[in-house]
Amino acid sequence: MSWLWIHKLGSPKFFYGFSKRFATPIFFSGLLFSLLALGWGLGFAPSDYQQGDSYRIMYIHVPAAMLAQSCYLAMGIAGLVFLVWQMKMAAIFIQAVAPIGAVMALLALVTGSIWGKPTWGTWWVWDARLTSVLLLWILYMGVIALQNSLEEKVLANKATAVLSLVGLINLPIIKYSVEWWNTLHQPASLSLIEKPTMPMEMWLPLVISILGMYLFVAGLTLWRMQTHVLLNEHKASWVKKEVLNNGI
Amino acid sequence: MAFDSLAEFWAMGNYGAYVWSAYGISFVTIAFITLLSVVKGRKVRAELRQRYLRD
Repeated sequence: MSWLWIHKLGSPKFFYGFSKRFATPIFFSGLLFSLLALGWGLGFAPSDYQQGDSYRIMYIHVPAAMLAQSCYLAMGIAGLVFLVWQMKMAAIFIQAVAPIGAVMALLALVTGSIWGKPTWGTWWVWDARLTSVLLLWILYMGVIALQNSLEEKVLANKATAVLSLVGLINLPIIKYSVEWWNTLHQPASLSLIEKPTMPMEMWLPLVISILGMYLFVAGLTLWRMQTHVLLNEHKASWVKKEVLNNGI
Repeated sequence: MAFDSLAEFWAMGNYGAYVWSAYGISFVTIAFITLLSVVKGRKVRAELRQRYLRD
Protein backbone atom coordinates (compact mmCIF):
# COMPACT_ATOMS: atom_id res chain seq x y z
CA MET A 1 0.00 0.00 0.00
CA SER A 2 1.17 3.48 -0.78
CA TRP A 3 0.66 4.97 2.69
CA LEU A 4 4.00 3.44 3.63
CA TRP A 5 5.51 6.81 2.63
CA ILE A 6 4.70 7.85 6.24
CA HIS A 7 7.68 5.74 7.23
CA LYS A 8 9.98 7.92 5.22
CA LEU A 9 9.18 10.92 7.43
CA GLY A 10 11.77 9.43 9.76
CA SER A 11 14.40 10.40 7.23
CA PRO A 12 15.49 14.01 7.81
CA LYS A 13 15.88 14.66 4.08
CA PHE A 14 12.46 13.31 3.17
CA PHE A 15 10.89 15.09 6.13
CA TYR A 16 12.43 18.39 5.10
CA GLY A 17 10.99 18.16 1.60
CA PHE A 18 7.58 17.19 2.96
CA SER A 19 7.58 19.92 5.60
CA LYS A 20 8.75 22.57 3.18
CA ARG A 21 5.72 21.92 0.99
CA PHE A 22 3.09 21.77 3.71
CA ALA A 23 4.21 23.93 6.66
CA THR A 24 3.32 27.31 5.17
CA PRO A 25 -0.19 26.45 3.87
CA ILE A 26 -1.00 24.70 7.17
CA PHE A 27 0.28 27.66 9.18
CA PHE A 28 -1.65 30.29 7.25
CA SER A 29 -4.90 28.33 7.01
CA GLY A 30 -4.67 27.90 10.79
CA LEU A 31 -4.07 31.62 11.24
CA LEU A 32 -7.07 32.41 9.03
CA PHE A 33 -9.41 30.02 10.87
CA SER A 34 -8.25 31.23 14.30
CA LEU A 35 -8.73 34.91 13.49
CA LEU A 36 -12.14 34.23 11.96
CA ALA A 37 -13.28 32.18 14.94
CA LEU A 38 -11.94 34.68 17.49
CA GLY A 39 -13.70 37.56 15.74
CA TRP A 40 -16.87 35.48 15.66
CA GLY A 41 -16.58 34.53 19.32
CA LEU A 42 -15.80 38.10 20.41
CA GLY A 43 -18.40 39.97 18.44
CA PHE A 44 -21.13 37.66 17.16
CA ALA A 45 -21.66 34.73 19.51
CA PRO A 46 -24.45 35.45 22.02
CA SER A 47 -23.74 36.48 25.63
CA ASP A 48 -23.85 33.80 28.30
CA TYR A 49 -26.89 33.97 30.56
CA GLN A 50 -24.77 33.38 33.68
CA GLN A 51 -21.33 34.81 32.89
CA GLY A 52 -22.30 37.64 30.53
CA ASP A 53 -19.50 38.54 28.14
CA SER A 54 -16.60 37.34 30.31
CA TYR A 55 -17.16 33.83 28.92
CA ARG A 56 -15.69 35.02 25.59
CA ILE A 57 -12.26 34.34 27.11
CA MET A 58 -13.20 30.68 26.49
CA TYR A 59 -12.45 31.02 22.76
CA ILE A 60 -8.77 31.48 23.54
CA HIS A 61 -8.54 29.63 26.87
CA VAL A 62 -9.96 26.27 25.72
CA PRO A 63 -7.82 25.91 22.55
CA ALA A 64 -4.70 26.95 24.50
CA ALA A 65 -5.40 24.42 27.27
CA MET A 66 -6.14 21.63 24.78
CA LEU A 67 -3.01 22.38 22.78
CA ALA A 68 -0.86 22.49 25.91
CA GLN A 69 -1.96 18.92 26.66
CA SER A 70 -1.89 17.64 23.06
CA CYS A 71 1.62 18.99 22.48
CA TYR A 72 2.78 17.28 25.66
CA LEU A 73 1.14 14.00 24.66
CA ALA A 74 2.89 14.12 21.28
CA MET A 75 6.17 15.12 22.98
CA GLY A 76 5.95 12.24 25.46
CA ILE A 77 5.27 9.73 22.69
CA ALA A 78 8.21 11.18 20.73
CA GLY A 79 10.31 10.67 23.87
CA LEU A 80 9.38 6.99 23.92
CA VAL A 81 10.06 6.65 20.18
CA PHE A 82 13.47 8.26 20.61
CA LEU A 83 14.44 6.05 23.56
CA VAL A 84 13.31 2.82 21.90
CA TRP A 85 14.31 3.37 18.26
CA GLN A 86 16.82 6.26 18.54
CA MET A 87 14.90 8.02 15.81
CA LYS A 88 16.53 11.38 15.13
CA MET A 89 13.33 13.06 14.02
CA ALA A 90 11.71 12.29 17.38
CA ALA A 91 14.40 14.28 19.21
CA ILE A 92 14.01 17.10 16.70
CA PHE A 93 10.25 17.10 17.26
CA ILE A 94 10.72 17.42 21.04
CA GLN A 95 13.05 20.38 20.61
CA ALA A 96 10.70 22.09 18.17
CA VAL A 97 7.44 21.59 20.03
CA ALA A 98 8.49 22.19 23.66
CA PRO A 99 8.57 26.03 23.50
CA ILE A 100 5.20 26.09 21.73
CA GLY A 101 3.68 23.80 24.34
CA ALA A 102 5.15 25.97 27.07
CA VAL A 103 3.54 29.06 25.56
CA MET A 104 0.17 27.29 25.31
CA ALA A 105 0.34 26.08 28.94
CA LEU A 106 1.27 29.58 30.09
CA LEU A 107 -1.62 31.10 28.10
CA ALA A 108 -4.04 28.54 29.54
CA LEU A 109 -2.91 29.59 33.03
CA VAL A 110 -2.97 33.34 32.38
CA THR A 111 -6.26 33.50 30.47
CA GLY A 112 -7.79 31.11 33.00
CA SER A 113 -6.67 33.35 35.82
CA ILE A 114 -8.12 36.42 34.09
CA TRP A 115 -11.38 34.53 33.51
CA GLY A 116 -11.41 33.26 37.09
CA LYS A 117 -11.31 36.70 38.73
CA PRO A 118 -14.78 37.89 37.61
CA THR A 119 -16.25 34.36 37.65
CA TRP A 120 -14.93 32.88 40.89
CA GLY A 121 -13.79 36.08 42.61
CA THR A 122 -10.16 34.98 42.71
CA TRP A 123 -7.19 34.93 40.34
CA TRP A 124 -5.86 31.64 41.63
CA VAL A 125 -6.65 28.68 43.86
CA TRP A 126 -4.34 25.77 44.64
CA ASP A 127 -6.77 23.14 43.47
CA ALA A 128 -6.05 20.02 41.44
CA ARG A 129 -6.81 21.40 37.96
CA LEU A 130 -4.88 24.64 38.26
CA THR A 131 -1.95 23.06 40.06
CA SER A 132 -1.61 20.20 37.57
CA VAL A 133 -1.59 22.65 34.64
CA LEU A 134 1.05 24.71 36.45
CA LEU A 135 3.05 21.48 36.74
CA LEU A 136 2.58 20.95 32.99
CA TRP A 137 4.14 24.35 32.32
CA ILE A 138 7.02 23.55 34.70
CA LEU A 139 7.59 20.24 32.88
CA TYR A 140 7.82 22.09 29.56
CA MET A 141 10.29 24.54 31.06
CA GLY A 142 12.28 21.61 32.46
CA VAL A 143 12.48 19.98 29.02
CA ILE A 144 13.65 23.26 27.45
CA ALA A 145 16.20 23.92 30.20
CA LEU A 146 17.56 20.37 30.03
CA GLN A 147 17.97 20.52 26.26
CA ASN A 148 19.83 23.82 26.48
CA SER A 149 21.99 23.12 29.51
CA LEU A 150 23.62 19.87 28.41
CA GLU A 151 26.52 20.48 26.04
CA GLU A 152 26.76 16.85 24.95
CA LYS A 153 23.96 16.58 22.38
CA VAL A 154 23.38 12.83 22.52
CA LEU A 155 23.02 13.03 26.29
CA ALA A 156 20.79 16.11 26.05
CA ASN A 157 18.44 14.33 23.62
CA LYS A 158 18.24 11.28 25.86
CA ALA A 159 17.61 13.26 29.04
CA THR A 160 14.88 15.37 27.41
CA ALA A 161 13.23 12.23 26.00
CA VAL A 162 13.16 10.65 29.48
CA LEU A 163 11.68 13.76 31.10
CA SER A 164 9.07 14.08 28.30
CA LEU A 165 8.07 10.46 28.75
CA VAL A 166 7.88 10.56 32.55
CA GLY A 167 5.85 13.78 32.48
CA LEU A 168 3.06 11.98 30.61
CA ILE A 169 1.78 10.82 34.01
CA ASN A 170 0.56 14.38 34.58
CA LEU A 171 -1.88 14.31 31.65
CA PRO A 172 -4.54 11.98 33.11
CA ILE A 173 -4.27 13.95 36.35
CA ILE A 174 -5.11 17.16 34.46
CA LYS A 175 -7.97 15.51 32.59
CA TYR A 176 -9.66 13.87 35.55
CA SER A 177 -8.78 16.53 38.15
CA VAL A 178 -12.19 18.17 37.69
CA GLU A 179 -13.92 14.84 38.39
CA TRP A 180 -11.76 13.34 41.14
CA TRP A 181 -11.44 16.39 43.37
CA ASN A 182 -13.59 19.32 44.39
CA THR A 183 -12.59 22.26 42.28
CA LEU A 184 -13.75 25.69 41.23
CA HIS A 185 -13.00 24.76 37.64
CA GLN A 186 -15.98 23.89 35.52
CA PRO A 187 -16.11 20.47 33.83
CA ALA A 188 -15.01 20.04 30.22
CA SER A 189 -16.69 22.42 27.76
CA LEU A 190 -16.51 19.96 24.90
CA SER A 191 -17.02 16.24 24.56
CA LEU A 192 -16.55 13.88 21.65
CA ILE A 193 -19.36 11.59 22.70
CA GLU A 194 -21.97 13.87 24.22
CA LYS A 195 -24.15 16.56 22.72
CA PRO A 196 -22.79 20.09 23.22
CA THR A 197 -24.03 21.68 26.44
CA MET A 198 -23.91 25.14 24.90
CA PRO A 199 -25.99 26.51 22.02
CA MET A 200 -24.73 26.02 18.48
CA GLU A 201 -23.91 29.74 18.04
CA MET A 202 -21.41 29.50 20.91
CA TRP A 203 -20.15 26.03 20.10
CA LEU A 204 -19.31 26.48 16.42
CA PRO A 205 -16.82 29.37 16.80
CA LEU A 206 -15.16 27.42 19.63
CA VAL A 207 -14.68 24.34 17.45
CA ILE A 208 -13.33 26.44 14.57
CA SER A 209 -11.01 28.28 16.95
CA ILE A 210 -9.65 24.95 18.23
CA LEU A 211 -9.22 23.61 14.70
CA GLY A 212 -7.49 26.83 13.60
CA MET A 213 -5.09 26.90 16.54
CA TYR A 214 -4.18 23.23 16.03
CA LEU A 215 -3.36 23.93 12.37
CA PHE A 216 -1.42 27.06 13.34
CA VAL A 217 0.65 25.15 15.89
CA ALA A 218 1.18 22.24 13.46
CA GLY A 219 2.49 24.62 10.80
CA LEU A 220 4.74 26.43 13.25
CA THR A 221 6.08 23.14 14.63
CA LEU A 222 6.85 21.82 11.13
CA TRP A 223 8.62 25.07 10.34
CA ARG A 224 10.69 24.96 13.54
CA MET A 225 11.59 21.33 12.82
CA GLN A 226 13.01 22.35 9.43
CA THR A 227 15.44 24.68 11.17
CA HIS A 228 16.53 21.93 13.57
CA VAL A 229 16.95 19.45 10.69
CA LEU A 230 19.30 21.86 8.88
CA LEU A 231 21.34 22.37 12.05
CA ASN A 232 21.50 18.66 12.87
CA GLU A 233 22.33 17.51 9.36
CA HIS A 234 24.63 20.36 8.37
CA LYS A 235 27.29 17.90 7.24
CA ALA A 236 24.99 16.29 4.67
CA SER A 237 25.47 17.39 1.08
CA TRP A 238 21.75 17.93 0.51
CA VAL A 239 21.66 20.46 3.37
CA LYS A 240 24.56 22.36 1.85
CA LYS A 241 22.79 22.43 -1.49
CA GLU A 242 19.51 23.49 0.12
CA VAL A 243 21.08 26.32 2.13
CA LEU A 244 23.21 27.66 -0.74
CA ASN A 245 20.40 27.49 -3.30
CA ASN A 246 17.43 28.59 -1.22
CA GLY A 247 19.10 30.59 1.55
CA ILE A 248 17.40 33.02 3.93
CA MET B 1 -23.49 41.25 15.98
CA ALA B 2 -24.10 40.50 19.65
CA PHE B 3 -23.55 44.19 20.53
CA ASP B 4 -25.58 47.26 19.58
CA SER B 5 -22.68 49.69 19.27
CA LEU B 6 -18.91 49.77 19.08
CA ALA B 7 -18.80 51.26 22.58
CA GLU B 8 -20.71 48.27 23.93
CA PHE B 9 -18.38 45.95 22.06
CA TRP B 10 -15.36 47.50 23.80
CA ALA B 11 -17.12 47.47 27.17
CA MET B 12 -17.91 43.72 26.92
CA GLY B 13 -20.74 44.12 29.45
CA ASN B 14 -18.30 45.61 32.01
CA TYR B 15 -15.88 42.70 31.53
CA GLY B 16 -13.85 44.66 28.94
CA ALA B 17 -10.66 44.80 31.02
CA TYR B 18 -10.68 41.02 31.50
CA VAL B 19 -11.66 40.00 27.98
CA TRP B 20 -9.34 42.40 26.15
CA SER B 21 -6.34 41.76 28.39
CA ALA B 22 -6.77 37.98 27.91
CA TYR B 23 -6.90 38.39 24.13
CA GLY B 24 -4.11 40.98 24.08
CA ILE B 25 -1.70 38.88 26.13
CA SER B 26 -2.47 35.81 24.00
CA PHE B 27 -1.96 37.67 20.75
CA VAL B 28 1.36 39.19 21.84
CA THR B 29 2.69 35.90 23.25
CA ILE B 30 1.80 33.87 20.15
CA ALA B 31 3.21 36.58 17.86
CA PHE B 32 6.40 36.51 19.96
CA ILE B 33 6.99 32.73 19.67
CA THR B 34 6.22 32.89 15.93
CA LEU B 35 8.64 35.75 15.38
CA LEU B 36 11.28 34.03 17.50
CA SER B 37 10.97 30.89 15.34
CA VAL B 38 11.29 32.88 12.11
CA VAL B 39 14.32 34.83 13.37
CA LYS B 40 16.01 31.62 14.59
CA GLY B 41 15.35 29.95 11.23
CA ARG B 42 16.88 32.81 9.29
CA LYS B 43 19.86 33.02 11.62
CA VAL B 44 20.62 29.29 11.31
CA ARG B 45 20.36 29.44 7.51
CA ALA B 46 22.56 32.54 7.32
CA GLU B 47 25.23 31.00 9.57
CA LEU B 48 25.26 27.72 7.65
CA ARG B 49 25.54 29.61 4.36
CA GLN B 50 28.55 31.54 5.67
CA ARG B 51 30.17 28.35 6.88
CA TYR B 52 29.67 26.59 3.53
CA LEU B 53 31.00 29.56 1.55
CA ARG B 54 34.10 29.73 3.77
CA ASP B 55 34.94 26.04 3.32
